This record gives sequence, C-alpha cells and structure tokens, in this order.
Amino acid sequence: MKKEDVPQQGGLNAGCREVNYAVDAEGRYLLEQSVGWEAKNIALSQAWEAIVEQLTAVISEIKAGKQSPLAYHMIKVQMDSGLLAQYSGIARWRVKRHLKPAVFAKLDSRVLTIYAEFFGISVEDLCRLPDNPDLALAAFDQFKVENK
Amino acid sequence: MKIDFPHRQFAHCESGVTANLLNYHGFACSEALAFGIGSGLFFAYVPFIKLNFLPLTTFRSAPGSIFKKATKRLGIEVKRKKFRSPLVAEQELDRLLDAGCPVGAQTGVFWLPYFPPAYRFHFNGHNLVVIGKQGEEYLISDPIFEEPVRCAVSDLRKARFAKGALAPKGTIYYIERMPQQFNLPQAVEAGIRDVCRVMLKTPVPLAGVRGIRLLSRQLVNWPAKLGEKKTIQQLGHVIRMQEEIGTGGGGFRFIYAAFLQEAAAILENDKLVDLSQRCTEVGDLWRDFALIASRVCKGRAAVQDSFDDLAELLRQCAVAEEQLFKDLQTAIAR
Repeated sequence: MKKEDVPQQGGLNAGCREVNYAVDAEGRYLLEQSVGWEAKNIALSQAWEAIVEQLTAVISEIKAGKQSPLAYHMIKVQMDSGLLAQYSGIARWRVKRHLKPAVFAKLDSRVLTIYAEFFGISVEDLCRLPDNPDLALAAFDQFKVENK
Repeated sequence: MKIDFPHRQFAHCESGVTANLLNYHGFACSEALAFGIGSGLFFAYVPFIKLNFLPLTTFRSAPGSIFKKATKRLGIEVKRKKFRSPLVAEQELDRLLDAGCPVGAQTGVFWLPYFPPAYRFHFNGHNLVVIGKQGEEYLISDPIFEEPVRCAVSDLRKARFAKGALAPKGTIYYIERMPQQFNLPQAVEAGIRDVCRVMLKTPVPLAGVRGIRLLSRQLVNWPAKLGEKKTIQQLGHVIRMQEEIGTGGGGFRFIYAAFLQEAAAILENDKLVDLSQRCTEVGDLWRDFALIASRVCKGRAAVQDSFDDLAELLRQCAVAEEQLFKDLQTAIAR
C-alpha cells in the first residue's frame, strides 16, 4: 500500500485514528494514520446489524411468550447462556431455565438483583422490554473518547 | 504515581506492547521488528472452531506468543503471572507499579470503556501496558490509541478477568532483566525461520498456505451451502479479522513487509529488500480481496460470480505467499 492510498473513510470509530503501514515514494515503510476504510466500515456495521436483528427477533419471541426478558439483555451484551453463566456465577442450566418466561416470572429478587447488577441496570429495567432494540448504531459515532 | 513511559501508537496491540516495553528498557525497537522477531505472521482457517458463531479465521499467531518469542529470542528475562483472585491480581499489579515497573496485561476488549463502542466485542486477547495509578484510575499505554488513556480500577478488573474463550485470568507480564548484549541478527533469523515453517510446513491443512487454499475452496460453496444471510456474515467476519484495528492493513502482511525491510539492514542481505516488496504486493492482494468482499456484503449480491472471483484472489494469495516464504527461507539459509 502506498502512502497516498491509505484510506481516510470515517465510520464507526468515533473519531479514533489508527495506524496503517504504507510505503513512501522511495519504497520505505512508514506509519500513517487512518480514520478508517470503507471495506472495514461495511463489515463492522454489518456485524452490529446482525445483533440488532437478533434483538428484534427476540423481542417478538418474548412478546409471544416463548422467552423471558432475560434473553433480550443477554443478547444485547453479545452473550449466550454459557458466557452469562460464567460471568454471573449462576449455573448454566439455571440460566437456561431463567430464559423461560414462566420460570423468570417467579424468580425472587435476590437472583434478579444478580442479573441486574451484572447488566448494570435496575431490576425494573431487567423485567421491562423495549418496543424496539435500544442499541443505536447511529449513536456510536457520536461517542468521543474524552478520558485522554 | 505515574511511570515516565514513552507511549508510541502502533497498529497492533501485542507487537506494540512488546516494542514499547523493550523501548522503555533501553532497546529502541520498532513494532515491525518486535512483530518479526516474535514471528507474529500466520494464517489459519478453522471452520469447526466458532467465534461469535462464525468460523475462526486468523492472520496472526496465538495471543501472547509475540511477546514470549521475541523476548526469548533476544535473551530477555521476563515474568508472566496468572491469578485466580482479582484482589491478589490487583495487589500484585499495584506493587509492581509502586516499584516503577510498567506492566503488560492481557484484557477483554468488551470491558474497556475507552474503546469506541462499535469495537467492543468479546475478544479477550487484547494487550496493553499499565503505567500508573492515580486514585481510582489506572493510567494505561494502549498502543493502538494515539495517547495514553485512563481506565477506572473496577473496569480494568473486569477486563483482566473477562470470561469465555482466551480468558485472560488476570495475566500480567513484565521485563525482569535485559541482557548485556543481544545477538540481533540471530534473533531476526530465528523469527523468519519460524514464520516460514508455520506458513509452509504445517501438518494440518488448516494452517499456513494450505489454510488459505482451504478457505478458497470452501468459500466458493458458501452461497449454495449456507444461504445468503449466513454467507454474508461469514464473509464479513473474514474481512474483520483481516482489517479491523490491529492488523496495520492487509492481514499483517504490511507490518511484515516493514519488518523484512528492517531485517535487510540488520542482516545486510539485499535479497530481503525485494522480498519485502513482494510481501507488500501480497498485502495489496489481500486488500483487494477485502474490498471486493465488502462490496458483495453491501450489495447483498451473493452472486456466484463474485465468489468465484474471491476464491481466485485467495488462490493468488496462496500462490504468492508460498513462493514468498520459500524464497525467504532460501534467502536466509547459510
């Protein structure tokens, strides 16, 4: 890649610049900053769209009474029951049971608090379900790294 | 308390951490040199290991190996520690920082608040250097960022004890003692030999040049076998592994080309200058692949034609890399 070919196509990287390797006119390597590349932006937003799609699907499943609200919050943090079990310290078979609406409805506040604390939300929010996925891709680019 | 640590921004986390730590300890080392001596270049396509439900494709060696191999080949004494308890892990980190020692750490990207949100996936092989602590914040030199960053103690704790694949288990590492002198040419040669070996002589058809050929063969069948949606996802995944933050472009091939350029001077071997150029050309081929693949993804046109083209490009990559590493082997043979 030549220095002048280093792409500068911003995307979801919130103003962060990364380093690319490129050659100058004499063929010497140097490090050149890049704000992003179209090909990467497409691949990255596609990965997030897939997550949003999963969330939309799970919302309708929850509304149809096939899954509990826990499923929504789990997918939002890109986890499956195995990973959530490891993080929350609740056995996997129990996490799987808690994904069933009937079991989830009867959970006592102690267990609910464990999940809520892990997701960083309140117990009410854990039991509530948004109408649309509350994961805004558009907001990603608004985020700026402030703590430099 | 803050260690006076010269932060330099680099393309890849682990080679960047290695280069910055070596630099701090008095060996002015570029990222490319650390990457080359640590033989970071690789390829593997492992369809039966899934990452986020997608087949594993990697352009680099296993996490941790660049630092380990680079320091070993230079004869540097390092210490690596894992922990069971987050509390003990934190105390040990603080003790080292108090003693004025910058500490490398393996972390999970998902938990690092200073990352742009779009990059926060569950990837547990991210490396950074902790260079200080002020109140309830750690000061961190993360080589893929322009400037040093800050991270709350509680967030770094979560990141160091991320769960799932490649769980870091609080892993930290640091340089204990530098040798009196290095045999730099020998270390460079060892790094090159190792990369040639893994790219050319793998016992399994999943790794090295054979892995690229396998991906090329399988990719043609994706549209018929998987359907449009899954195909697009898998293709996008390959692009991300190849180009996302940390590869320097072209699936690390450009970093490696930069290394070969430096190696030419260190070994006083002009053949490596040409080989560096050829490595750049291979990187350009990979870039073409990513660009066409991304257009397939965007157009949602999972047409068989474009997949034949993509497979052909991969075959070209495989042919070019096979010849490149064979010639590289000959070039440094004595």
